[in-house]
Amino acid sequence: MKTDEVVSIIDKHQGQGDGLISVLEEIQSKYSYLPTDALKLVAERTGRSPVDVYGVATFYKSFSLKPRGKHLCSVCLGTACHVRSGQIIAQEFERQLEVKAGETTPDHEFTLETVACLGACALGPIVVVDGHYFSKVNTAKVRSILKRARRGLDKVEIKTDRRIFPVAVSCPRCNHSLMDPAHPLDDAPSVRVTATFDGQHGWLRLSSLYGSPTLESKHDIPVDTVVDFFCPHCHAELRGASSCPECGAPMVAMIVRAGGIVQICARRGCKGHMLDLNGGGF
Amino acid sequence: MITLAINRLPVAVEEGETLLEAARFLGFPIPTLCHMDGLSPYGACRLCVVEIGEGPKARLVSSCTYPAQEGLKVRTASARVLRARKMILELLLASCPQSKIIQDLASAHRVSQQRFRQEHEDCILCGLCVRMCEQQMMAKAIGFRGRGETRSIGTPFDMKSEQCRLCGGCIYVCPACQLRCTYTEPDKAICGGCANLSPPCVEKEQFDDMMCYMNPCVACEIEKD
Repeated sequence: MKTDEVVSIIDKHQGQGDGLISVLEEIQSKYSYLPTDALKLVAERTGRSPVDVYGVATFYKSFSLKPRGKHLCSVCLGTACHVRSGQIIAQEFERQLEVKAGETTPDHEFTLETVACLGACALGPIVVVDGHYFSKVNTAKVRSILKRARRGLDKVEIKTDRRIFPVAVSCPRCNHSLMDPAHPLDDAPSVRVTATFDGQHGWLRLSSLYGSPTLESKHDIPVDTVVDFFCPHCHAELRGASSCPECGAPMVAMIVRAGGIVQICARRGCKGHMLDLNGGGF
Repeated sequence: MITLAINRLPVAVEEGETLLEAARFLGFPIPTLCHMDGLSPYGACRLCVVEIGEGPKARLVSSCTYPAQEGLKVRTASARVLRARKMILELLLASCPQSKIIQDLASAHRVSQQRFRQEHEDCILCGLCVRMCEQQMMAKAIGFRGRGETRSIGTPFDMKSEQCRLCGGCIYVCPACQLRCTYTEPDKAICGGCANLSPPCVEKEQFDDMMCYMNPCVACEIEKD
């Protein structure tokens, strides 16, 4: 825990009335739990008694005083899930993870918890892993749920989601392909460009899956930085004609091999993008 | 002034006074456990229930937290009140049968049977010690933690609190701590808290029946010096 990080969180909420729960929520989202020193610091800086802060932190189930695992596994034991043998599924998770409900595996991969209701009773028994809902779970599915969670549930799956498809792009000026099959991202060939920002210059690889925000770069690009994109072959700037509909930053344009133009926002962290398969507007 | 009727006897009280204070002013006895003059009302033990209203709208409320209202009709000892009070005492006795205060209250209200399993809890969560610490000792060293069946009273992180001055006020008001240092042999029950310089409890390997969360206890602290 870093003291100045916690202090800045506390100060951000000062003067907004009784922001204790918001402060604790933000600390928890930063460290995945509430460190003892952080709670003491909150009490000290907000002028509350430590027992008040501790009381709130232990009252709500969403707050944890112990470090949590990388993946949070919530098994529903509400009435509807209970009658559909949610208990047996919880036991199966306990058996496979070798921890009891409310505990974290020794390798800090999984935290298992049981919850009273997730509000999706018709789909019971429900298991939620890292915000992903699994409906009508049975004991046979437990192993595959854990396996998928280990692999990363936020990773884009091309085969299962039809909204996600790979695009092959090229430079609008020299028409050289920007695809880099040697370095796949999201299990598809990446798009390689040259990026410049704040005097830094280096390669940048984008996921070729349309809509996927995955990227790698030589230098760490801070969020909200507007980056200039260049073609690695002809060194022309890949600047689009329009600005981002989300944030107003300039757009980066690339030719889609299948015909048309894809434009992505040049601001790091902004997810603005558009695909024009008719090739107009550029 | 607010005029209300307690057991059909009219009484005028200041605004903001509770039914308990009004009834006590008239001399009607209402048993209490979590109430103490000088501490804010809390309404945890429900022993002070009284019946208000009439006919089908009559209901039970805790008199220590209910403010007096104009024209209110209060019954402090109706059959319904007595029945509820007896049940509350039976439940309290089941959760903390070793408490002298609860035993005395139960016997005074003719609770002669126990239908529930005895739990021998250390604490009935009446909150007296928490309010004592905060409102009279100005320390706020202890408080409630957790919720539901895991709710407990103690210091944050179960560590010795910097706010605690070991004043012993919490032990003084605790209705469950009465037998704190008596261990199992009543004749050896000589530890009078701070007054005793050689408490018997330090010789015992494990002091199972210790009901106080102050660790080490005040008496043992004095013995060490």
